[in-house]
Amino acid sequence: MIDAAPLLTMRDIVKTFPGVRALDGVTFDVVAGEVHALVGENGAGKSTLMKILAGAQPADSGEITVDRKKVAIDGPRTAERLGIGMIYQEFNLVPDLGVIENIVLGVEPRRGLFLDRAAAASEAAKVLAELGITLPLDRPARRLSVAEQQLTEIAKCLVRKARLIVMDEPTASLTDREIDALFALIAKLKAQNVAFVYISHRLEELPRIADRVTVLRDGRGVETRPMAQMPPDDLIRLMVGRALENHFPELPPVAPDAPVVLDVRGVSSASAVRVNDVAFQVHAGEIVGLAGLVGAGRTEIVRAIAGADVPTKGEISVGGKRVVVRSPRSAIAAGIALITEDRKAQGLVLGMSVRENTTLAHLAQFERGLFIDKPAEMSAANAEIAELRIRTPSPEQLVRNLSGGNQQKVVLAKWLIGHARVFLFDEPTRGIDVGAKAEIYALMVELLRHGAAIVMVSSELPEVLGMSHRVLVVRGGEIRADFARADATPAKVIAVAAGVAA
Amino acid sequence: MADTDVPDAPVPDPKPPDAAEKAHVKAEMTARAGDVAAKQRRDAALRTGGIAVAFVALLAVVNVLAHGNFLEPENITNVLRQITPNAIMAVGQTFVIITAGIDLSVGSLVALTSVVMAQVTNALPFGGPGNFVVTMVAGVLIGCAAGWINALPVVRLGLPPFITTLAMMQIARGLAFLLAHGQPIPVHNTAPFDWLGSGYLLPGFLRLPGLPFAVLLMAVVVIVGALALGRTAFGRYVLALGGNEEAARLAGIDTGRVKMMVYMISGGCAAIAGLLLVARLSDGAPQNGSGYELQAIAAVVVGGTSLMGGRGTITGTFFGALLLGVLYNVMNLIHVESYTQLIVLGLVVLFALVLDALRKRYLAAR
Repeated sequence: MIDAAPLLTMRDIVKTFPGVRALDGVTFDVVAGEVHALVGENGAGKSTLMKILAGAQPADSGEITVDRKKVAIDGPRTAERLGIGMIYQEFNLVPDLGVIENIVLGVEPRRGLFLDRAAAASEAAKVLAELGITLPLDRPARRLSVAEQQLTEIAKCLVRKARLIVMDEPTASLTDREIDALFALIAKLKAQNVAFVYISHRLEELPRIADRVTVLRDGRGVETRPMAQMPPDDLIRLMVGRALENHFPELPPVAPDAPVVLDVRGVSSASAVRVNDVAFQVHAGEIVGLAGLVGAGRTEIVRAIAGADVPTKGEISVGGKRVVVRSPRSAIAAGIALITEDRKAQGLVLGMSVRENTTLAHLAQFERGLFIDKPAEMSAANAEIAELRIRTPSPEQLVRNLSGGNQQKVVLAKWLIGHARVFLFDEPTRGIDVGAKAEIYALMVELLRHGAAIVMVSSELPEVLGMSHRVLVVRGGEIRADFARADATPAKVIAVAAGVAA
Repeated sequence: MADTDVPDAPVPDPKPPDAAEKAHVKAEMTARAGDVAAKQRRDAALRTGGIAVAFVALLAVVNVLAHGNFLEPENITNVLRQITPNAIMAVGQTFVIITAGIDLSVGSLVALTSVVMAQVTNALPFGGPGNFVVTMVAGVLIGCAAGWINALPVVRLGLPPFITTLAMMQIARGLAFLLAHGQPIPVHNTAPFDWLGSGYLLPGFLRLPGLPFAVLLMAVVVIVGALALGRTAFGRYVLALGGNEEAARLAGIDTGRVKMMVYMISGGCAAIAGLLLVARLSDGAPQNGSGYELQAIAAVVVGGTSLMGGRGTITGTFFGALLLGVLYNVMNLIHVESYTQLIVLGLVVLFALVLDALRKRYLAAR
């Protein structure tokens, strides 16, 4: 089937975002009736490539052909007309509409001015019968199980006569039995000549389902092979590929007698990804990296420690003193600082000035009587601007107007003002330029010298490996492995993170 | 949204800055902050000056239209007295709206608190200032309690304040009618309230009518409100909460408590407005304050506070209330029909909202 003429070809696709070349000339094709797996590390460009295919984003350059005819996919409607269906990890169902309404949403059969409910029902029933599946047709989507929602999404694609269905992490939250059912369904559709692009981090399931596999790395397609000729070791090597870039500062070694600053014992939380019985220690002057895939629960672990999600179980101690973490407030009082992943949504008040953001978490320090002592506030903010080299015309500039790297430095400034001893960095360098990155690494080293304990979550493997004394690998909200820096090789970490080993 | 990150360091220099560099930057920043502050003051002065000039010109025109009646001292005093209840309620409403909330219950709370205050003053065995103080405290406590109830489902269950305060609007109105048996409750002994209802500070001074004590009370509320919002940690938290609630929470701000406070402030302000009505009319009427909530919201919006939260000032709100009051007064003086007045006021509010939306779009486009 691989010799067949391709159904879809994407050639030399380039897409740049300010400061990032997300796709650097990717070529990718799909033939009818095959399952083509698309793999790569976080940020390798998989989502961007698929968004271009779905018409959610335009490519800067490159050529797309469907049935050997050149097409311009200028919107989701066009993609739909070409027979391309997308099933995102976050489903696109309307929660309060029933299964039938969701399946025919946007292509509702009509009779004159009115919707033809009977026709809609029979159309939905026909597609489901072809698939050989049953769904509660009148139940609103919000009350369906994850697997049922997924089937609804597939039916939605088929009603639109999709010949190519893109599935992003389809098995992420399915049970083993549901996965079996899904794979059987995919096989059935393959037999009807429907093609699939299958994006997954679960490398172990690819041999079961995929015919071919394409590996993306740093916005380039590094290799396409039949799945049968791709052993797991090769796959991981191709995904990681590059040698670790050596732009990290030297980490000062942890003193052998360094005291434990952060002690986490048996912490669980009921966040979206459940954190389950997590335990680890961080010493003074030590950086512990949390590695894992997106959705593995790394962010949730640091959020539980910082009280952003309230832990349901477990004990947290800072400097030997037990801390009852009930809210961010109590964690901050105990000297725990969380530098969040999404600075715009969680770290900054964009409409406030650098000064106001810098002092926000420790405003009590600047109160004199009833009022805020503005000169004191100003001088503290200026000290941080100097310390962190925040490039701003003045402390009164709104943070909205700063660049990403400088915004991130304002977030750091906010936590340096206090007396925190534990710093939880969640993706500290995402979306910022190389210069600012180097400065943030240097700052982390500086914090270590002052006896801080650091936990760093990062999706960039080189960063985790280059900037940690120890690496903990997280999967399913639990810590699955604990590597000393010397033992933490990219292959080992990825293997544990993807569930291939251990 | 993609980060627009300009590479800003020509050569990355990961060495921490030394003492000399830090001192230099600090001095530079302090100087520039001074410049910024001076520029802001200058801009504000220009803006205010511009508005003042426009306002005076408008008033001159209006004065001619009104055959010289508008600028009579009695009329000016009248305008100020008329806007007093609304300005006070709008101060409370400003805090709520800055948190991206809304308080629809304030009009009904004026009714409820004025009925209760009329009953309290009649029930007290003593008169004089003691009677006044106890009555006022009772009213304000009820207003704050209602605000607390408004906020509880908002904080605990994340319900929209539009709904909880709409419910309170009905409940408080119904309670007011029940307590008063549908009739205004006359105040038997008006002596403790007369100073506030009709008294003037320095009457006849410079042959002017003097300043009504009610207006003085409004000035106190406005000044206290402006200081609380602009100069205290609480005010900063209110603005931060409205600007980015999650960031505020993660910065250790007790966002639930701040929300509770703003609704309680709003309820308390409604009670003070209720007190003014009791003092002026010598009764507590369950019909009081009908539609006041919209007047207060209009003053806040016209005063430049964003309904999206995160931005607003008390002085802006005061001028919003003043502008609406002047418009009313002028339309009355030049005999604009009351139906037409509604249309004009609606258009003014709409205009203020459109301006806010355009400003948002301008910011988003940057």
